[in-house]
Order: sequence, then structure tokens, then C-alpha cells
Amino acid sequence: MIPLPPLAPPGVLTDEALACDVACFPTREQYVELVAAFRDDGFEMCLDVCGVDYLEHFDRYVPEGVTRTRFEVVVNLLSLSKRQRVRIRVQAGNDAPRVETLFHVYPGSEAPERETFDMFGILFDGHPDLTRILMPEDWEGHPLRKDYSVGHVPIQFKEAPGPR
Amino acid sequence: MSDFTRVAERPERLTGETSEGAQELTRRSDTPSDQLGREVGAVLRLDGVTLDPRQVDYERHDDETMIINMGPAHPSTHGVLRLMLELDGEFVLRTKNVIGYLHTGMEKTGETLSYVQGGTNVTRMDYLSPVINELAYSLTVEKLLGVEIPERATWIRMLMSELNRVSSHLVWMATNGMDLGSTSMMIYGLRERELILAFFEKTTGLRLNLNFIRPGGVAADLPDGWEDDVDVICNTIDERTYEYDQLLTGQPIFRNRLIGVGAITAEEALALGLTGPLLRSTGVPWDLRRTMPYLAYDRVDFDVIVGTYGDNFDRYAIRLNEIRESIRIIRQCVEQMPKGDYRSQDPKVTPPPRARIDESMEALIHHFKLFTEGFQVPAGEVYSAVESPRGEIGCYIVADGGPKPYRIHVRAPSFTNLQAMPLLMRGASVSDAITMISTVDPVLGEVDR
Repeated sequence: MIPLPPLAPPGVLTDEALACDVACFPTREQYVELVAAFRDDGFEMCLDVCGVDYLEHFDRYVPEGVTRTRFEVVVNLLSLSKRQRVRIRVQAGNDAPRVETLFHVYPGSEAPERETFDMFGILFDGHPDLTRILMPEDWEGHPLRKDYSVGHVPIQFKEAPGPR
Repeated sequence: MSDFTRVAERPERLTGETSEGAQELTRRSDTPSDQLGREVGAVLRLDGVTLDPRQVDYERHDDETMIINMGPAHPSTHGVLRLMLELDGEFVLRTKNVIGYLHTGMEKTGETLSYVQGGTNVTRMDYLSPVINELAYSLTVEKLLGVEIPERATWIRMLMSELNRVSSHLVWMATNGMDLGSTSMMIYGLRERELILAFFEKTTGLRLNLNFIRPGGVAADLPDGWEDDVDVICNTIDERTYEYDQLLTGQPIFRNRLIGVGAITAEEALALGLTGPLLRSTGVPWDLRRTMPYLAYDRVDFDVIVGTYGDNFDRYAIRLNEIRESIRIIRQCVEQMPKGDYRSQDPKVTPPPRARIDESMEALIHHFKLFTEGFQVPAGEVYSAVESPRGEIGCYIVADGGPKPYRIHVRAPSFTNLQAMPLLMRGASVSDAITMISTVDPVLGEVDR
């Protein structure tokens, strides 16, 4: 169990996850402040930012006091000096998911946040260049959402006549 | 007629809140300051300092510079990486990566495959180190399942990952040599890799996408006489690394092209989340095999190779010496390989041996269930990471209790490492730009997934 960093905002819920590292469940307001507190506490690297769409698995386990929402943003931090990992899961919202960007805390979160936006449509406020990164720029929809089905959408290319 | 033309005619989508605009590099007068900062490679900025587009390289105007495309079909871009460069004469001012040309939706596909089938999917992501992808995936699934794997399986996994690391670094040596004009290195690197691929073929039946490491162990035991094969591989490659030294390391042209070019500092590398040889070249001794050991890496003897200056030559030297260290590990694997099972005997995870199916009703049922439905994995979420030749490859799986992962995400090292491109490129000449791409060593299958 890792104690929360000294500068962490009050009231952040934590839970020991399966992988022997801690998952923190900040609210959207606490999110960036908590990540910055971890950075100042020796978590030098932000390894990954990814999204999860819990549409079909809404009743997953979260500690008491956390309001479940459909979208979740999962951030993995790593401390080289302490050899520890910490996972931060923030509930990003249901219909118009959005959280603040981590770009100003960890510049390396730029590309993973773009990918999360591209795949889930989660907006990152303050991100310098929130464009699609893997899909073509005029693609409609966000492929990793659970209500985006596999297979029936034809391949779209710019200026190509669509088969529909 | 089509829904598609309508979309293209709706300009508000391009300027909307999501700014789903062009992914390309735009003129600097049209670029917001934050983005411009990224493109010129500014990583460590004091809070509150903003860049004025007109202030960066203020003596140069838009009409004096040139924005060009490099790739996605350029031979030196290691696949389909597309770089947009703003050039002033021969020198690079701004860089932007445009990726996604190899995106095949593997994470989405992963949600439709059962845990048994999942290995065939992840093995295709980083096509130069398939074994290590499978390892990251299998470790994650095993952590969710709580399955213990036998000792021999652990050591076989370690043997195969190190062989794979050698083969991946050999491809890097080959392509890097090619990028710098040493076509002989190209041929030698691929020649040596062939030895390892032949061994893979003998062991697993396949050369590239092996699906050899599976949840619960490995797919097959090592073939008879494997010690001799591995011994030949080790001796040959170990000896030939010294030939590479003669061919490249001391060669004046090669050294001039690499030394002092593309230097980054440890702070920049950490801020950008770089891992692997890129991070170690800046002097940070971070190798997951040593710092957060998995498998049996805490029981073998090897050195973590660390650079000093963070330049291209350090990255070259690290990879060359990692080949030697991997061979040291492989030799220890041969010596210490325990006897026993090569996969877990838990019938829920491991299919029964072929002979048992004829005799035992239960074995038949298990076999049938395993290959039609797969095994159920308890609900939960796990992230686990291993050291790939390119850095930390992590696998994040959310399980909902069913036979398929609810969400599978792979943290690809090349994807994050590519963010260093603007920083490396700034001020370099176009010919050095090619070296830079090469020493970052992106594998586009993994970048785009």
C-alpha cells in the first residue's frame, strides 16, 4: 500500500488493485492536482493514458463513495526512485466525457491522450493539439466505444465514394 | 448519395470543439503556441511561459522555410512513419509525426477474441519482438487468473525472450547500418538473425508470429538437441559482435555521423515518458529486468548497459552491448534449465495432451470447452509490464468475468518513444534526421496497433 503524496487533494479514495499497486479514484476536479502531487513526490514518469468504456460492464468494482460513470480514464505512473507504480482511475463522465489534460504535468502524455480522444471521444481540456491520431481525420465515431460495432462500417477514405 | 460526402462538406466539424482538423504540420502563423512548442521540441518549460509563433526563429518567415513530407513510404522510415518537417535550407526547425497508416484496430479485435486466442493478436503488434508481446499479455492474464506457472516454463520463456531481443537488436543493427550507408551491415545483421529465426521455426513451427508463450506456460517443449542449437547461436553471434565492432564502432565516418548527434538529457527523457535504450542512453539505469524483475531475471547475472551523453552513438553502443548481455543470459538459461512441465497442469487453462483425449471423458470435455468457449477470467483489472527491446511494453486488461477481455490495451514503447522526434530533430540536418528515426527504433506495427 502506497500512501498518498503529501500534496494530494483531500478526500481521494484509494484501493489496492490486483497487480500489487494502488489504484486511486480521484474526482475530475481532483485529478490533475493529484497527478501533479504524485509527480512532485517522485513519480517521474507517466507511462500511459488510456480510456475504458464501461457501457456493458457498468457495475464493476469501485470503492465505496465513487460514482460510476460510463467512461474512465486510466493513468499509469511510475516512480523510478521508489520502484513503484500507481494507477489513477478517473470517472470521466457519461454522455460528454471530458477531463483536464496532463500535458502541463507530463509532456509525454500528449500522444496517449490524443489516442484516447481518437478511440473514445473523451475530450482533454487544454490539450495543445487534440486531433485524431490513428484514424483518418474525417472518420466518424470513436472505434473503441462499446456501442461502435465491429464490421459493418465500410472503410472510409477522403473523397472516395461511399458504398452506403 | 453517400453519408461520406456530407461529412466532407460540413466545415464546422473541422473547426468544432474537438478540432478534428488536419493532423499535418501547418504554417507557423496558423499554429497555436502550445502545439508550436511541441513541434520545435520544447519539453521542459516553466509554467506560464507561452510561445508566440512569431517569436520562434523570429528571423525566419513562413516564406523562407519549407514544409516537406518524409514518408509514409520513405525507405528509411522503418515502415509507414510519416514525418512532416519544416526546413530552413538543410536544417530541421519543426517536426510532426503523422501516424496511423498501419492502424488495424487490434485493441478492438482483442475484445472479440477469447483469452486463448488473444495471443495470436498481440504477437502481431511489435512484429520484431513477438515473444515479448506474448509474454506481457500472458503475464497479465495469469495475474488475473492467479495461475502459477512451472519453473521450466519460466526459463523457456526467458530463453525465448532473450533470443528474441537479440534478433530484434540485430534487425536494428542492420537497418541502422543501411540508413547510414553501410549496406554490408544490413546483410550481416539479417544473416545472423536468420540463425535465431531458424531456431524459432524448429521450436514453434513459425518464424515470426509465434504465439508460443500462452497463458499457463508455453505451447511446446524445447526440441531435442536444443542445447546444441542455442550453443551454436550464442557462439556465432557473440563472435560476430566483435566483427561489427571492427566494421562500425571504430569506423571514423560512422562515428562522425553518430557522436554528439541527437543528444537528449535525462530530464527530457523522463518528462516524455521514454523507456528502453533511449532512456538508458541518458544515463538512467532503468531496465525492468533488473529494477522490477519478472520471470527469473533476478536469478541470472547480467549488466544493464547505460550511456552517458544520450546521443545516437550511445544508443548504438547500448544495443550492441545488450546483444552481448542477452547472450550471457541465454547461456545461463541453458545451464540452469530445470526439468519438468512446460505448462501449467491446471485443466481449466491448459488443454489436455492429445493421448488423454482418447481415454478420458473429462479430458475431452476440457479440450472442447477450452477451444470453443475459452476459460473464464475473474473480474478485475491488471497492468503488467516487461522490458521489450524498445522499452517498457505493458498490457492493461479489464476483465468482466467472461471468456473474453472486456478491454485490452497495450502500452507500446515505440508509440511513446516517437514523441521524442521533434526534440531530437531540432536543428539537425535532413541526413541526420534519418539517423534519428533509426536510433529511436520505432516499429510501426506497434505504434499504430
